[in-house]
Amino acid sequence: MKAVTYGLIVLLAILHQDFWWWDDSDTLVFGFVPIGLAYHAGISMVAALLWAAAVKFCWPADADAVEEESDFAASAEKAGGRS
Amino acid sequence: MNPNQIPVWIILGYLALLLGLGIITSRLFKGTANDYFLASRGIGSFLLVMSLFGTTMTAFALIGSTGESFKAGIGVFGLMASASGIVHSACFFLVGIKLWSFGKRYGYVTQIQFFRDRFESDKLGLVLFPILVGLVIPYLLIGVMGAGVTIEKVSGGAFPSLFEGHGTGPTAVKAGAIPFWLGAALICVVVLIYVFLGGVRGAAWANVFQTIVFMILGVVTFIVIADKLGGVRAATEAVQRDNPEKLRRSPPREGEPMARYRGDVAVYEKKLAKWKENQEPKSKPKTVSEPRGISQWHFLSYMFIPLSVAMFPHLFQHWLTAKSAKTFRLAVILHPVLIMIVWVPCVLVGVWATSAVVGGKPVIPYGFSNPNAVLGVLVNRLTTPVLSGFLTAGILAAIMSSLDSQFLCIGSIFANDIVAHYIGRDKVTDRQRVAYGRAFVVLIVVVTYLLALTRPGSVFTLAIWCFSGFAALFPLVFAAVYWKGVTKAGAYASVLTTAAVWLWLFSKSGYGANREFLFMGIMPVATMVAASTVALVLVSLVTKPPSAATVRKFITR
Repeated sequence: MKAVTYGLIVLLAILHQDFWWWDDSDTLVFGFVPIGLAYHAGISMVAALLWAAAVKFCWPADADAVEEESDFAASAEKAGGRS
Repeated sequence: MNPNQIPVWIILGYLALLLGLGIITSRLFKGTANDYFLASRGIGSFLLVMSLFGTTMTAFALIGSTGESFKAGIGVFGLMASASGIVHSACFFLVGIKLWSFGKRYGYVTQIQFFRDRFESDKLGLVLFPILVGLVIPYLLIGVMGAGVTIEKVSGGAFPSLFEGHGTGPTAVKAGAIPFWLGAALICVVVLIYVFLGGVRGAAWANVFQTIVFMILGVVTFIVIADKLGGVRAATEAVQRDNPEKLRRSPPREGEPMARYRGDVAVYEKKLAKWKENQEPKSKPKTVSEPRGISQWHFLSYMFIPLSVAMFPHLFQHWLTAKSAKTFRLAVILHPVLIMIVWVPCVLVGVWATSAVVGGKPVIPYGFSNPNAVLGVLVNRLTTPVLSGFLTAGILAAIMSSLDSQFLCIGSIFANDIVAHYIGRDKVTDRQRVAYGRAFVVLIVVVTYLLALTRPGSVFTLAIWCFSGFAALFPLVFAAVYWKGVTKAGAYASVLTTAAVWLWLFSKSGYGANREFLFMGIMPVATMVAASTVALVLVSLVTKPPSAATVRKFITR
């Protein structure tokens, strides 16, 4: 799933180039948003979804390990301080 | 009361509120350097989202986005906003979390501390220090100049007995306007005070407040302007009828009206005839460039610019304030959407401004040559002084939410990487480190302020060159966290190549004078990133690898 998520993010970066709406000033979304702008607003929303997927499937486990280490160190320090 | 004073009082009220917030957050300050520079690494998710977003969005997010879309059309959103949504989050996720974990584990406060350890080189810090500070100064200039100009424009007519007007054309200053030097100084002093009081925690809280302010005011301004232009549909239809090239990225087609361009040309020809007749004004009127659209290569190469966030020293500092790795999650996910919420309305307003007509006259007169003033003119002409005051407060909020972090990071770099590092960590007390940091910030702010008074070029051009330099250092930080084989010599090669290529291309652009400068048809940043990467990789492959202990310390897989 990690490879798929990163693959989709790379695909999104490619889709960002968007040469298919390059020359379209006629199509309006909701009657007022030019298609070239609406498409890129969509890219932003899909980016948020894909980064949510990355947070779920590609989370760096070593970062959580640092947290556990420092929690452990803090509680050891506390215990030491009490004794 | 003189109605022109209303925006000024609103701005002053807003600045007073910020100072109040600074006093409140100063009560949370624990008096240690760790707390002053890193908020004791205790910032939660919401605070981190808003402070990262507020820091990356400068005045450019409101006034620049409107001005650039007025000039170049809707393509500006894809060029600068949606690309940043993808790339900024990538930097937070792939680089930010890693750097946070090293900071937490090894106690780093600044980027230079990390690079010194990672590349086993003390002197690398001395090479990086002037480059990082040198690149942050133009970034500070953007904010200080933006603040001075914004206050000067909005306060025209407010205090005619105190300040005289001067100049002609788009740069004219109305009588009674708060002068540039005073507005810029006021903003510097306010930011300095709340940063001094609360350190990075104060800056984070101020950023949350300011980010909410500029987002809400941006949306309110959009709604009011749309209403004054007869609704969103009518506003877009006017553009489709008169300036359809602004609604796409390709150049104008034959037979299209190009009303804005033709109107600008007509004004230019009149001015030129007058100039030829009696040499008035003294300088020859500037020619009007024909709309050219955005080329595919220009659009593609612009995607390198947002890589700069991975190397911004002030963002590094914000990353280290995070309570835990999990704190990053919300920032990574929400950042693209927050950018969209601010930019879409601004881009639409900028495009509408090209064709908006009220009372039979264009709202933005033909021949208007200052895109950064488009939003201000729209607000002045279409809304009330109260909204104008609030919007200016929003623009200043966007400016100050970046300035505060930059002030702090500069102080932190000096106090930690120079003073404490060379005098000896044990010989400098926490209190002294904070004091050195504050003193250096004051020095840099004074230098920046004096530079700002000389008005060195366009805000937008300064931003692009400054971001390009940081982006060119991206390969260095990425390799530092992921590549076992990157060497000390490779790091030096990358940094020095970045500096050399940056200077070379900057000189080729006439030191920023050519605002549309492209190198071989692409943004200069693409060449800088490529050169920096090649130097890093090639030199690393042929030089002595780092010690096994260093590799074990930093490369986890």
